[in-house]
Amino acid sequence: MKILVAIKRVVDYNVRVQVKPDGSGVATDGVKMSINPFDEIAIEEALRIKEQGKADEVVVVTIGNNDAQQQLRTAMAMGADRAILVETNDAVQPLQAAQVLLKVIEQEQPGLVITGKQAIDDDNNQTPQMLATLWNRPQATFASKVEFVDDNKINVTREVDAGLETIQVELPAVVSTDLRLNEPRFVKLPDIMKAKRKPLDVKALADLAPSLKGQAIEVTNYESPQPRQKGVMVETVDELIEILKDKGLVS
Amino acid sequence: MSKVLILAEHNGSTINQSTAKVLTAAKQLNPQLIDVVLFANNTDLSGQVAAMNGVNEVKYIQCNDNHDQLAASIAPTVADMAGDYTHIFGPSTTFGKDVMPRVAALLEVNQLSDVMEIIDANTFKRPIYAGNAIITVKTNTAQIVATVRTASFTAEKSTDGTATVTESTLTSAANHTSFVNISTGNSDRPDLQTASKVISGGRGVGSEENFKIVYDLADKIGAATGASRAAVDAGYVPNDMQVGQTGKIIAPDLYMCFGISGAIQHLTGIKDAGTIVAINKDADAPIFEVADVGLVGDLFKIIPEMMEKL
Repeated sequence: MKILVAIKRVVDYNVRVQVKPDGSGVATDGVKMSINPFDEIAIEEALRIKEQGKADEVVVVTIGNNDAQQQLRTAMAMGADRAILVETNDAVQPLQAAQVLLKVIEQEQPGLVITGKQAIDDDNNQTPQMLATLWNRPQATFASKVEFVDDNKINVTREVDAGLETIQVELPAVVSTDLRLNEPRFVKLPDIMKAKRKPLDVKALADLAPSLKGQAIEVTNYESPQPRQKGVMVETVDELIEILKDKGLVS
Repeated sequence: MSKVLILAEHNGSTINQSTAKVLTAAKQLNPQLIDVVLFANNTDLSGQVAAMNGVNEVKYIQCNDNHDQLAASIAPTVADMAGDYTHIFGPSTTFGKDVMPRVAALLEVNQLSDVMEIIDANTFKRPIYAGNAIITVKTNTAQIVATVRTASFTAEKSTDGTATVTESTLTSAANHTSFVNISTGNSDRPDLQTASKVISGGRGVGSEENFKIVYDLADKIGAATGASRAAVDAGYVPNDMQVGQTGKIIAPDLYMCFGISGAIQHLTGIKDAGTIVAINKDADAPIFEVADVGLVGDLFKIIPEMMEKL
């Protein structure tokens, strides 16, 4: 079985992004870029499934500009066998990303697609669900555990508001990862060298998916969130309790 | 004029408060009507929705088993109804996040995720970059599919609604997906997402056993309990207690946290709280930058003292 992992190049999670003063976007020039952390977990999960002998190939795909090759190389240094860049200089929204990924699925015929539950830039949390819908296959979102029941069935434990829900899905399926699914491995230097020789196929988005359906949502303004008023520091529990009582929060 | 369809959320016996919050958001569109679609195996639930002020019609869809929770089973039915509406809203909870993008994909529109403010029928605000930026978005599609950030809207407690109820049976149940089981934290404390007071603990609490004093304080003041991602990752508490960007986004009147340093992802989950109280032994912890009241000290001394004095 082949596993397809979809990843996104995003501003590194340690960077505190700033809105540009003119409200035209967030400042991303010169900031560190990384694989979306949820997608890194997706890569790790695919590799572990392959290491268990349940899959024979891990293919990683991204949609983005040429710089995204760096993140694909990192994914291959982690252990992915080959990579596909669907190249475009335009921002791609979830419905369009799902249509492009569906084209890749049609070519690659994976038995399982794993991707992060959301990208930490746009925080949309849509692409995996939309991909599963367009593909007409099951989805298991927010996964914290993936177990094979047999060759074409998996049990996925999902982190939901009420606790942990387990569902069973037939393969092929789309799994979206949550934080506690695994801890991604560190990349070693020899693996980085090895990854340079692994195949990386570049396809132009316009060639792969020439007519995408659906219109993009327009962003008309960016602003910084309202900061909270500066609070007070107290020295003792008595002072703290007095404030809480004054506000009517405790009796 | 707008016509809104809301996807109701429930736990089998009670309508989740997220539904009332989505209703509040829907009313801000000044719509011609608001209908609610409810997938369930319990007709009592339709009465609970019908009693909500402002609902025109409850479309109760009878489900077998637990198909009411499965996105692949219910999304096609919602999408089929959507043609009669301008806005299809769901809660930005794990339930809504699972289902609504499927509805959007079937309608061939992008979804508006985590709507926090409604400007007009086509213009909305939503957070990106874990709340570090807020964007104003505009869309002119015939159907607008959105999840509503529940912490941004209040739930009206109304029981004077007079909605009509129509019943039908689910016909779109998926056969490739099945529910196996659910395990919940099952505490008797108030629900974290709707509680007016929340007491939270972080890595500084140190162990599962040590969390007992956090629970004791919560019980003393009738609060729900939460935790940081670090405390969940360390196994001190179950995942349903996680507050933050990838856990629950909450807006209690009082949020009091112990031993939480305040990573940006955690702060995202609490920034709508009325009063934030932080207790941490590290005076430089970022949590103090957002706290309304801060106290530097050892939580193992402070909690017992609070227990005694409250």
